[in-house]
Amino acid sequence: MISFNNVSKKYTDNSVALEGVSFDVSPNEFVSIVGPSGSGKTTLIKLILAEEKPTSGKVYLRDSDIHSLSGEDLNQLRRKIGVVFQDFRLLPNKNVFENIAFAMEAAGREEGEIEADVPHVLELVDLPHKAWNFPHELSGGEKQRVAIARAIVNQPDIIIADEPTGNLDPMNTYDIVQILKKINDLGTTVVLTTHNKGVIDSIGRRVITMQEGRVVRDDPSGKYIL
Amino acid sequence: MEAKTEFKTKLRRVMKAGFVNFFRSGYVSLASVLVMIITLSTIASVIFMGAIFNTTLEELRNKVDVNVYFLTSSSEQDILDLQKRLESLPEVANIEYISREQALANFKLRHENDQITLQALEELGDNPLGAALNIKAKEPSQYQGIADFLGQDNILSRDGESIIDKVNYLQNKTAIDRLTKIIDSSKTLSSVVMLLLVVISIVITLNTIRLAIYVSREEIGVMQLVGASKNYIRGPFVITGIMYGLVASILTLIMFLPITYWLGGVTENFFIGLNIFSYYLSNIFQITFIILLSGIAIGAASSLLAVRRYLKL
Repeated sequence: MISFNNVSKKYTDNSVALEGVSFDVSPNEFVSIVGPSGSGKTTLIKLILAEEKPTSGKVYLRDSDIHSLSGEDLNQLRRKIGVVFQDFRLLPNKNVFENIAFAMEAAGREEGEIEADVPHVLELVDLPHKAWNFPHELSGGEKQRVAIARAIVNQPDIIIADEPTGNLDPMNTYDIVQILKKINDLGTTVVLTTHNKGVIDSIGRRVITMQEGRVVRDDPSGKYIL
Repeated sequence: MEAKTEFKTKLRRVMKAGFVNFFRSGYVSLASVLVMIITLSTIASVIFMGAIFNTTLEELRNKVDVNVYFLTSSSEQDILDLQKRLESLPEVANIEYISREQALANFKLRHENDQITLQALEELGDNPLGAALNIKAKEPSQYQGIADFLGQDNILSRDGESIIDKVNYLQNKTAIDRLTKIIDSSKTLSSVVMLLLVVISIVITLNTIRLAIYVSREEIGVMQLVGASKNYIRGPFVITGIMYGLVASILTLIMFLPITYWLGGVTENFFIGLNIFSYYLSNIFQITFIILLSGIAIGAASSLLAVRRYLKL
């Protein structure tokens, strides 16, 4: 599904973010990427989303080299990836319904589908009663659930969650992890970055540990060890 | 899943998003509209200033003429003959004959409150004023030619004596030339200043809209990560920019009604007969067109330029 092939990334000030990273993620896997701040987790995510280009090496999604795509091809690819961020990144001028509908509109979906699918995903994240609220009227946990709803509404092949629980309390963290597991059970590949030990231990799936830009451990059913 | 929506649906969504955005980000919109009103007011002022200078220059040009004063002894027939010869010149637009009696009547009218002058005239017994011809040329540059013609010695009565007392072209000319020069150079100067003001205010508007969009730079990033195409992201911002321009131009056009009404009397007295309020009303379509077009163009262009910066993922 996702394949990193000896990928290195240097930023312009010559600081090394990633060095010789290689791993594969199979379809329907739930992979957690852990490591201290500055270990290269976020750079890894940015490479998958084509926000950054690798200095050397290639990143494949299915069979296409992500960084050779541009324009409409890249947009098509991004519609197959759902993204959830630590800071939610909802559109502040749109209400919950419109935030989720935006992802569908961007993918060129019909009005009828939008009317049908948005309530459905809101149901899935348990927020049907907040459809007409604006992001600033929601709690952190609710915002993150909206972000997840937006990420899954186009039925993507992969969900990328970059520290989704970083700003949440333990209760909400538990909820979010449960939702991600549910999504994974429904057949979507999930890539999660975190440095929350509790989250990793409660998931009990594959863990890739990073340190100073390198993969130092890759356990099929790992624990958080540093 | 990759259902292709029609262009119409996309356009409708973009329009709606831009519209909704205008109202939801109320204060940002208000600030942008206010700044844009300043820009459009500057442009409107340029139009009005131009009109004032042009009519003033035009009026001054019409004030130029040549008066030929004849000796009291010259006969009316000689003068009318000369008038005929002048009328055959291609430069001459029209000629007014002022007879001695007419000249006296005009003089009395001009001095009707001046008893001493009138009394002096009475005591004189005779009419001391000569007849005159008032000549208007088609172009201001042609007066020299007419004056030269009058300077020739062939303008004599049948008895071979000169009938012309004086031609007042030269003394008028220097005064009018100087005035024309002053107005011309103040027109150039004010055009440069106004142009500078227009440019500055456009830059300020551009910056304001850029700030308004800077607030949304993360949103733009998110939209790109969700897979929205560049045009689909740009569209609503451009629509919002057009809304700024539209609202600002309508407000500016309304605002200029009381302003020109209030200034109308002042300009009518101060400059030569141009009431800018009536000028505004009689050119309302052209002015509306220019202001609306400038507003929409500035709004759309600044939005386009501003979004471009953040569309780089």
